[in-house]
Amino acid sequence: MTSLAINAEGLVKAYGPVVALDGVDLAVPEGTVLGLLGPNGAGKTTAVRILTTLLRPDAGRAEIAGVDVVAHPQAARSLIGLAGQYAAVDELLTGRENLVMAGRLNHLGTSCAKQRADELLDRFGLSDAGGRTVKAYSGGMRRRLDLSVALVARPPVLFLDEPTTGLDPRSRTDLWEVIEELVGDGTTLLLTTQYLEEADRLADRIAVIDAGRVIARGTAAELKADLGATVVEVGFGDAATAGLAVEVVRPYGTLTGPDDSHRLQLTVNDGPHVLVQILRGLDAANLAPARLAVREPSLNDVFLSLTGRPAEPGADLVADANRSAA
Amino acid sequence: MSATALPRAAVTRPVPVHTGPRVVLGDAVVVAGRNLRHLTRNPQLLVFATIQPVMFVLLFRYVFGGAIAVPGGSYVNYLMPGVFAQTVAFGAIATGVGLAEDLSKGLIDRFRSLPMARSAVLAGRTLADLVRNVGVVTLLVLVGMAVGFRVSNGVLALLGGLALLLLFGFALSWVFALVGLLTADAESAQAAAFPLLFPLTFASSAFVPVQSMPGWLQTFAANQPVTAVVDAIRALVLGGPAGSLVLKALAWSLGLLVIFVPLAVRRYRQSG
Ligand SMILES: Nc1ncnc2c1ncn2[C@@H]1O[C@H](COP(=O)(O)OP(=O)(O)OP(=O)(O)O)[C@@H](O)[C@H]1O
Ligand SMILES: [Mg+2]
Repeated sequence: MTSLAINAEGLVKAYGPVVALDGVDLAVPEGTVLGLLGPNGAGKTTAVRILTTLLRPDAGRAEIAGVDVVAHPQAARSLIGLAGQYAAVDELLTGRENLVMAGRLNHLGTSCAKQRADELLDRFGLSDAGGRTVKAYSGGMRRRLDLSVALVARPPVLFLDEPTTGLDPRSRTDLWEVIEELVGDGTTLLLTTQYLEEADRLADRIAVIDAGRVIARGTAAELKADLGATVVEVGFGDAATAGLAVEVVRPYGTLTGPDDSHRLQLTVNDGPHVLVQILRGLDAANLAPARLAVREPSLNDVFLSLTGRPAEPGADLVADANRSAA
Repeated sequence: MSATALPRAAVTRPVPVHTGPRVVLGDAVVVAGRNLRHLTRNPQLLVFATIQPVMFVLLFRYVFGGAIAVPGGSYVNYLMPGVFAQTVAFGAIATGVGLAEDLSKGLIDRFRSLPMARSAVLAGRTLADLVRNVGVVTLLVLVGMAVGFRVSNGVLALLGGLALLLLFGFALSWVFALVGLLTADAESAQAAAFPLLFPLTFASSAFVPVQSMPGWLQTFAANQPVTAVVDAIRALVLGGPAGSLVLKALAWSLGLLVIFVPLAVRRYRQSG
């Protein structure tokens, strides 16, 4: 039997009238990865802050490797590493100085802290930049440095709050590879994300969180199986055509739409096959689609299927705009 | 994956927790080192800390000084203790602004997630201010000497006066630590600090005798900490009965520390 690296039961936290967490249970076995997936304001950061001792829950309890975070916060801190939603590195220090400082504050001893700093710079591809002040780092470099600071003391339990939000696709893939390596070394990881794709790639299990509650749990495969593996989108030139097309596509999957732009959205299990069938059907009915797309389901699709409403209008777009402004 | 489906942690490992005064001091020194590095990396901070007080010495010595009559005759001797106090007072803003910035940039959260001593972030900050003040005040003494500042009570009395000054600066750093933690963003911390410090430094005996002010202002000027500290340093450095003035200055500084250290530490624990 494996033991739990993270165990939270009934976490509740309110900010005044806003209930950020409304009874959240999380259990992460040692050496596994939990993806906490949810839209803006779902309560992801609040959960991470409670688990990392930064915030006291109003109710409920949480343990890191059996250590209660409220009763023994200092002991819990020596078991965790945290990279928050926004990179928390000192801009006026060099990358190396940031790492050495974190090492010394983790009581590694000066020479050990320096050695560890060089090791991490090397591992995260920051050796060349290590001597420069962080002010001159790109967003991706900051994220990597932030992550390496969290790893200084080799914590057995790691928390990453939206580690790749705001990164370009290339930096995101790079960071994913680094995270996969860490997990390969046996680190337990709790990762929050707004991207189903990210949770899918990195997490063993996913907990979908919305308005402070976990609304679904399972492996990525299980969630997708519930949802349908692919989304087919068919757009039409006008409402009348779209209305007629509804009858044609309905049998093939879970239908939403038509929306304002006369678009139908169908979650299906076998995208390419269904696409061909839909096209045949539309052709036979003499309905010409204006747009066509097959894509992986997004967080929004998961939400649509779980709650019957979108995660938040334009949630991902808004999130990205916020991050790049920050 | 329900919480009850899996067993609780089978082994509850004893986790070593580092505590004790040596750990607090060690962590504070690491944080202080970081803040002193900032001084060398941020030209604005360095200018604020060094060039500005030197400009004040020159300004008052050569521009305003001729028009200000002081007891004892030598304005530069009267002026220097005033500039010392003004310098450490405005220098203390750095603690407030720096902490507010650390809060808004998430660095405080990072520190709070580390198994470091909780009080070390504030202690390190204020310690860095103290070290910086030693450097800045040394510079000011030298600049003062160059423009005619002379101590008449010997080196020991000067050092005693400067110790009193540094203690006062240290106390003010804790005051502004609280201001920084309460405002939580750099601009607001700065904005809150100036209306506090202007009356304290200028409506004091730092640059002109309190007796030259209108009556209502005298009441304030004669009964506030900057005047107390400046008068005590003057008495120590230039001669005259110093005992009760020194006690008064000490009382102000220690009183500020007794009130503001616990308030700042408490606020730090709550922040977030
Ligand atoms: N310090 C705070 N004061 C008041 N309300 C807060 C505070 N922090 C969070 N909230 C509110 O609590 C809710 C949950 O916030 P939280 O930051 O945990 O969400 P999140 O899932 O991390 O969102 P995001 O994806 O935008 O980071 C939101 O409604 C938010 O507005
Ligand atoms: Mg968040």
